[in-house]
Amino acid sequence: MRYLAKKLITLIMTLFLVSAAAFLAFQVIPGDVVTSILGTEATPEMEEKLREELGLNKPPVVRYFDWVGDVLRGDLGVSYRYSKNMNEMLPVAELIGGKLPVTLWLAALSLVLIVAVSVPLGVFWAKSGSRVMDAVLGVATQTAMAVPSFFLGILVTYLLGIVLGLFAPGGYVSYKEDFGGFLRYLFFPALSVAIPKIAMTARFLRNSMLTEMNADYVRTAYSKGCTKRRVMYGHVLRNALMPVVTFLGMIMAEIVAGSIVVEQVFGLPGIGRLLISSINNRDFPVVEILILYITFVVIFVYFFVDILYRMIDPRISEK
Amino acid sequence: MLLASRRKVNKYFIAGLIMTGLAVFCGILGFFWTPYGTSAMSDDRFCAPSPGHLFGTDNFGRDIFSRVMQGMGTTILVSVLVVIFSAAAGIILGALTGYFGGVLDEIVMRVTDAVNGFPSILLALVAVSVLGQGRINLILSLGVVFSPSYIRIVRSEYLRLRDADYIKRARLMGVGKMRILFVHILPNILPVFGVSVMIGLNNAILAESGMSYLGIGVQPPDASLGNMLSDAQGFLQMAPWYALAPGLSIVWLVLGFSLLSEGIRRFGE
Amino acid sequence: MKKKLSGLFFTALLMMAVLGGCSDGTGESSGDKSSVVVGIQQDIDSLDPHLATAAGTKEILFNIFEGLVKSDENGNLIGAVASDYRISDDGLTYTFTLRDGVKFHNGNVVTAEDVKYSLERVSGLLDGTALIATLSPDKGGITSVDILNDKTVQVTVGSANAELIYSFVAAIIPAGSGEDESADPIGTGPFSFVSYTPQESIVLKKNPDYWQEGLPRLDQVTFKIVNSAETALMELQGGTIDIYPYLTDSQAQALSDGKTHQVAVSPSNVVQALFLNNTVEPLDNVLVRKAILYALDKNAINKYVGGETGSLIGSAMLPTLSDYYVDLNDVYGNEANVEKAKELLAQAGYENGFDLVIDIPSNYEFHMQTGEVVAEQLKAVGINASIHAVEWNTWLEDIYNGRNYAATISGVTCDQTPGYMLNRFESTSSKNFINYSNPEYDEIYQKAQKALDLNEKADYYKQLQKLLTDDAATAFIMVPGNMTAISNRLDGYKFYPIYVQDMSTVYVK
Repeated sequence: MRYLAKKLITLIMTLFLVSAAAFLAFQVIPGDVVTSILGTEATPEMEEKLREELGLNKPPVVRYFDWVGDVLRGDLGVSYRYSKNMNEMLPVAELIGGKLPVTLWLAALSLVLIVAVSVPLGVFWAKSGSRVMDAVLGVATQTAMAVPSFFLGILVTYLLGIVLGLFAPGGYVSYKEDFGGFLRYLFFPALSVAIPKIAMTARFLRNSMLTEMNADYVRTAYSKGCTKRRVMYGHVLRNALMPVVTFLGMIMAEIVAGSIVVEQVFGLPGIGRLLISSINNRDFPVVEILILYITFVVIFVYFFVDILYRMIDPRISEK
Repeated sequence: MLLASRRKVNKYFIAGLIMTGLAVFCGILGFFWTPYGTSAMSDDRFCAPSPGHLFGTDNFGRDIFSRVMQGMGTTILVSVLVVIFSAAAGIILGALTGYFGGVLDEIVMRVTDAVNGFPSILLALVAVSVLGQGRINLILSLGVVFSPSYIRIVRSEYLRLRDADYIKRARLMGVGKMRILFVHILPNILPVFGVSVMIGLNNAILAESGMSYLGIGVQPPDASLGNMLSDAQGFLQMAPWYALAPGLSIVWLVLGFSLLSEGIRRFGE
Repeated sequence: MKKKLSGLFFTALLMMAVLGGCSDGTGESSGDKSSVVVGIQQDIDSLDPHLATAAGTKEILFNIFEGLVKSDENGNLIGAVASDYRISDDGLTYTFTLRDGVKFHNGNVVTAEDVKYSLERVSGLLDGTALIATLSPDKGGITSVDILNDKTVQVTVGSANAELIYSFVAAIIPAGSGEDESADPIGTGPFSFVSYTPQESIVLKKNPDYWQEGLPRLDQVTFKIVNSAETALMELQGGTIDIYPYLTDSQAQALSDGKTHQVAVSPSNVVQALFLNNTVEPLDNVLVRKAILYALDKNAINKYVGGETGSLIGSAMLPTLSDYYVDLNDVYGNEANVEKAKELLAQAGYENGFDLVIDIPSNYEFHMQTGEVVAEQLKAVGINASIHAVEWNTWLEDIYNGRNYAATISGVTCDQTPGYMLNRFESTSSKNFINYSNPEYDEIYQKAQKALDLNEKADYYKQLQKLLTDDAATAFIMVPGNMTAISNRLDGYKFYPIYVQDMSTVYVK
């Protein structure tokens, strides 16, 4: 319990630090949303009016704590940049809510791909005693891990999209219109996200299984007359998979952050693209909430992984 | 130290050494000499790879091989400096916080938590927006992004070793704190630290090319593998070699370093 | 216990995904209706026609909103909400006669009240802030709007200005809609607003009550925000975009087989230049600026970057405004004159050249590529030019507004007003970011503003262009061509000399 309380306090402190840092960064970087909106047509009067409308004429410290107060009350504010209709701006929650499914489905689909491919691959690899197979898979996974996700995205676009014509690159379909088409399109970016992680996970599972195979209980199981099949799937795989699950947890956090680049390559309107354009537009309310959200997810996943570790291996003491 | 190991030199090590060696050689050579000027334009636009232009030419008729050489050099230089910067920060801050603990430890740990929680590419994005673009700023911002993991590794090693018997003895003998920190303990953490430096180098290469790909890293007309790739994306259909050359070069570089670190790791076993 | 937990973990992940996924499922199918998807590069900046400033927004809103007058494909003004207008001889009174039966998208007939409200809103008579600077009473714009009868509105302006009529393209909106909290954008244009999804699309549908007989011909238009120029080409080829107006040279080449799309070239309304800060050393020396102009090879830039579709320019006027334009390309030539450039540099005392940083907004691929070519050309005469890519907001703040730079490559999007570009070189202009200062220029500019006779005005404008060129105020490069891809299944697309995507005449073959 004390552990949980401590983690919670750490989480809150980190989120506070992150939000303050982001606010500070916005004070330092050149330009603000007013210059961004008005561009080269700006007149001093228009700038002043817009600043007043957006509440930007107050001192920075007041603005920051106003913002913190609003967020604590559950009001995430409105975007400076995106309109809802002629006179109202789009609420941040609504804006992010519309983009989040794209990123989450991308992550989910990637995770499904990673699990579906890497587990059988890892098992197969661990079981095959062949040195040739070992070398081939070794080199293949090393290579797959060396490809940066954006280049992989370009390769997938070129080979599967342009050369083989399996999908229309850029032809993203909104999940609101055609969910099947949405998933079909998402498959290819997910593949680009998944390939290096598949290689990583397969290697990890293989090593984990090899370690387990040499464990005492395996010998005991064999000596009790268990079949190889039963030993493999009943004992070794089960035990070897546990660290893999936690490993996947860490990969999840990486996927959320890494999708920023992949969204850019495939033209997906997810939160990664929203983040980059909102930074460029100086859309402070959107950037703050996005950063807090991403930070929260990452910390939460790590926290979850940490708990899993404790469950699996009670030797990790509470410290 | 590693070569002196009496164990059998393994294939990973050799393959990695050859790949990285070639890349580093091309990269360093690229600073002094390239087959063509790296920004010299000509009317031979979009030439496919040929003996005259090994990797073909781009939309300005520039020789892609020459630009890959320059880009390789830039990428290696930036990555190495990033790792040196972050490793140095890691050793100093990690040693101090791990050995002494206390308030400093609390502060540094919370800050590294925040940096870790922040998506790294975003952090670099913000850092570049604040500092402005350019090679030095890129190195600084990536250095900041990479520091926390080193700080953590070093800190946990110092935490483990500060109560070791030989350190206790040294303390009793009145050895100065700085001497204990950097003469007695530091050499003992180098093996663990060495492997993470190699991994960090790989991550730095990927991060640098990612940043340059997004247009916030090395700026044209200087070539970098990342910004070449992003330029090339528009010509994927008519000149696929334009994208493949820098892309595969990144893969080559990263693969080389990971084989090398795998090889080094196996020496240890 | 362990098993349960891992199960829980996956359930949690799935929940995360599913919960995110099943928000509202409002699907729309276009059915048999004729619809078109237009690719656009930038997200819109406002749905309020009076607040929108980006050219990329105005070109879309053109389909929803109309002013008293609007421009046609030749750049001339035609009546829209007003069927007719008269300007008094002293240039101070404008009398507009409203067209019969023009309806807003909500079905209401446009009244003189709506016109008065709209004009007072843009000019700032309503709340003190002018939304369109030229109409502001402080700048000689609208001082009063009077309703003479149901069909006639009289506008009085502060000072005579022959170009002011161009500002009456400002949208007419229903009275009070600027203050109504949840108003959808409502105008009188050929299409009405359906929906807007940030970073994705803006959907418009046919306005059945449109005043122009037989228009619009399409039932639905979707403006799809394209992530990047790279994906635009693939989308065109994949058939998910029908019209795309900003092809790059290489993309146009890739589509040149004509299988899916036709590529049409039209002049844009962007003046691209290597802007030189006239007060920064060594660019404050006219000889150095001239040397730079001689060093540039505009033909090469047009070839490498513009796909030879740009119109080269030597001064600050769109060649399409033929009455006002004077061709000054010969003064420094379109080819590089390295000898002459070096000679001038030597005269100025820079025989060994100097370092020059060129700041370029990094989001404009076209300017970035131009920069790479320009840097090479300047190196040939001994000027060690380097490119400094800056983010757009930084460019706006530090370079455009702050004027803290030596040289920058950028483009200025002009409207139809002939003096639009010349205005910014008046020494006191807030838009004079090159810090050009020539009393003679200011004097002629003032005369031009007062001239009511268009020939006299054109004559002054030509003098101004010559002055800019003679002073080598800045290195004007070109007006890039607009290469537009249009699907083979469509016809009726009209090109405008300003940034406008008029969808009303487009139809499916």
